[in-house]
Amino acid sequence: MTNSTEQAPGWKGVVNDWAADKETFNVPWGKLMMWIFLLSDTFIFSIFLTSYMTVRMSATAEWPMTSEVFALTIAGQHVPLLLIAIMTFILITSSGTMAMAVNYAYRGDRKKTFILMLATAALGATFVGMQAFEWSKLIEDGVRPWENPMGAEQFGASFFMITGFHGMHVTAGVIYLIVIANRVRNGFYEKKGYDIVEITGLYWHFVDLVWVFIFAFFYLW
Amino acid sequence: MTHIAIADQPEEELHEPSSFVTKYIWSQDHKVIAIQYSITAIFVGLVALVLSGLMRLQLGFPDSFSFIDPSAYLQFVTMHGMIMVIYLLTALFLGGFGNYLIPLMIGARDMVFPYLNMLSYWVYLLAVIVLMASFFVPGGPTGAGWTLYPPQAILEGTPGAGGGILLMLISLAIFIVAFTMGGLNYVTTVLQARTKGMTLMRMPLSVWGIFIATILGLLAFPALLVSAIMMLLDMTVGTSFFMPAIVSLGEQLDYSGGSPILFQHLFWFFGHPEVYIVALPAFGIVSDVLSVHARKNIFGYRMMVWAIVIIGGLSFIVWAHHMYVSGMNPYFGFFFATTTLIIAVPTALKVYNWVLTLWRGNIHLTTAMLFAIGFIFTFTHGGLTGLFLGNVVIDLPLSDTYFVVAHFHMVMGVSPIMVLFAAIYHWFPKITGKHLHTGLGKAHFWVTFLGTYAIYLPMHYLGFLGVPRRYYAMGSTEFVPDSAQDLNASITVSALIVGVAQLIFIYNVIRSLRKGEKAESNPWGAASLEWQTPDTPPKHGNWGPALPVVYRWAYDYSVPTAKQDFIPQNMSEEEVERVDDSETSSTEGGEDVKNIGDEPVGDNP
Ligand code: HEM
Ligand SMILES: [Cu+2]
Repeated sequence: MTNSTEQAPGWKGVVNDWAADKETFNVPWGKLMMWIFLLSDTFIFSIFLTSYMTVRMSATAEWPMTSEVFALTIAGQHVPLLLIAIMTFILITSSGTMAMAVNYAYRGDRKKTFILMLATAALGATFVGMQAFEWSKLIEDGVRPWENPMGAEQFGASFFMITGFHGMHVTAGVIYLIVIANRVRNGFYEKKGYDIVEITGLYWHFVDLVWVFIFAFFYLW
Repeated sequence: MTHIAIADQPEEELHEPSSFVTKYIWSQDHKVIAIQYSITAIFVGLVALVLSGLMRLQLGFPDSFSFIDPSAYLQFVTMHGMIMVIYLLTALFLGGFGNYLIPLMIGARDMVFPYLNMLSYWVYLLAVIVLMASFFVPGGPTGAGWTLYPPQAILEGTPGAGGGILLMLISLAIFIVAFTMGGLNYVTTVLQARTKGMTLMRMPLSVWGIFIATILGLLAFPALLVSAIMMLLDMTVGTSFFMPAIVSLGEQLDYSGGSPILFQHLFWFFGHPEVYIVALPAFGIVSDVLSVHARKNIFGYRMMVWAIVIIGGLSFIVWAHHMYVSGMNPYFGFFFATTTLIIAVPTALKVYNWVLTLWRGNIHLTTAMLFAIGFIFTFTHGGLTGLFLGNVVIDLPLSDTYFVVAHFHMVMGVSPIMVLFAAIYHWFPKITGKHLHTGLGKAHFWVTFLGTYAIYLPMHYLGFLGVPRRYYAMGSTEFVPDSAQDLNASITVSALIVGVAQLIFIYNVIRSLRKGEKAESNPWGAASLEWQTPDTPPKHGNWGPALPVVYRWAYDYSVPTAKQDFIPQNMSEEEVERVDDSETSSTEGGEDVKNIGDEPVGDNP
């Protein structure tokens, strides 16, 4: 009766399958909505990064050496990008704990899910804390959104803006994780099913992925 | 985990809101939210209309109105443009008609996340309030032009450079949040909540237009959001994203090394798709209105769908045609001129299909139909001048003249407004259960339609003379003859008449609500689902006890063997009464339309 059940060759068949009635994607509403939101958010971050690259190219003053700026001095040793490497590692680890949480959620293990989600949130909070430390270091060095003793003032401006925007995403994610984790523990989703954990996970993985791009474009370039 | 399509799950008991507040104010019903959106949008639209009247008074009769000084003029231009494009058209098409039509047309009980949907409206209202507040801050609203180009937008010397521009940027950011909440809902609802039998390729074109426009919005508004954030930072914190080293009012400012051109790119990366955010829903809605009132299926349904999709995609790679005068590498100019002309191909195809839908149709000249046909005229007209402006060499002399003002008003000002009126006249009986007065409606149409031409045709000529846009007064120049002033006066008179004529419409609405003729449930004999609801206006939950089941596309009009001249989408093949029962399988009629999803359809005259 509906087109979806009829066979059609080639391109037409593809269109018919995608156009089938009721549901285009075989996923719950919330999950699809998260995907679409993340697509939109991808555009936001892409535009931030593109703008940063444009501004960097049009800046009149010299762009500072990022490996110099983002270096830690440990025991008299100058180690470039150390803090960032640790932060990136922490965030990627948190993606791992999140993935495990999703796995346990679908198995119905509420306690493990709860613990793993809290661990994810804790790693995220650590990341934000280290970010704050890095900000304070830059501020000590005299970098401000409107000035920069090391060269182009756009450096500080884009750095604070983009990492700040990303940091807000991480912070929101931490709160989101804690709320959902608590509900999981209380058995709120016993009837509805545990898709919500996966949806939270989608958001979290996205925030991690975005960080990898910020890392690549901001610190390594 | 096995996942069961929502449409296949047993329905839960619907919660009926019982108090006035939950029913009409904090309502989560998509129909109530749609009406809230529409009323708010029309209200701000009227503010924008009044502003345009004030501008015209100044242009037609310079120096006669002491309260319009050059700053005020610029503020009027800016607020008029921004309100019309974003707060009226975008909100009314997507928040208003999107909300009302999507669930009804695809056979759903509501949007997938009604609570988010409700929030979307209230956040939109907040954006409107913040915008309106800028009229009352010291210095008044911003006068930077709706494009808000820096550096001037935030510099001393531009009207509203303090609070005005600040509130404008904040209001835009809030609007984007509101739009995102609504937009996620619309897209997910269309993709996931269609009733049984409602394949994507059976959806009415209205839904297609709104659906693709919403996707464009979700991908284009980020550019506006990011540029608004960066401009806010430039303004308040003193960063230099968009600000080069600059001397303003004799003073060296504390900016250096920013890129004003970057803002233009970001703005138009949003701005051009924005044109299609208001145009695509208009395309969709007008297709449905034309088809219903011509008692004929839409010509080339599949082509129309693909054209909408392709136009939507292309609209992201044409933006720099707004920046030819900003200076760019000639190869870029060449690229953007080419893509601009390519986008004209699917657009022209749609126009042909509308005309071919009318061709030998049984045309009922209802008010809605008049506005729909009016749209074909104004849109074709504006589209043709667009071909001129898309070419670099022709755009350079015409840019920033009244030719441009005439072009964009025809194509994205008047044309979507025509469709909005068509839509209101068409769906009003379903929304309110009352008929609008036809005589008043037709008077409204003719004054608006003819008035449009009286306003904008002469502007093309003024543009050729070289009259610049956004000018408070021309003073005396060598290239503009004195007669241009007479033309300006006549444009102003027409604009005022058109403006006042909108009162006919408002009167008509109020009159009908109070003592209008009661409407039956399907007065136009339309086939699409929203006309098949058990109640008019549809009640909470839309469909009574059981969801409708869809058997066919939305355009079964004048099917040769059927007794009635339309077959509703939810009527199965067995229920259709045929003229001659012994010959039901004559391939001309029933069979042909039944498999609409598989065949290239509509090509049979
Ligand atoms: C009776 C209806 C209307 C009249 C009389 C009118 C009149 C005007 C006038 C006089 C200007 C200023 C021209 C200048 O000095 O540069 C203007 C600008 C503009 N109008 Fe309208 N308009 C009308 C409807 C609309 C509608 C429906 C839209 C919706 C898209 C619209 C969008 C704009 C825009 C975007 C601008 C440019 C603002 C700017 O330059 O920053 N107008 N209009
Ligand atoms: Cu454009």
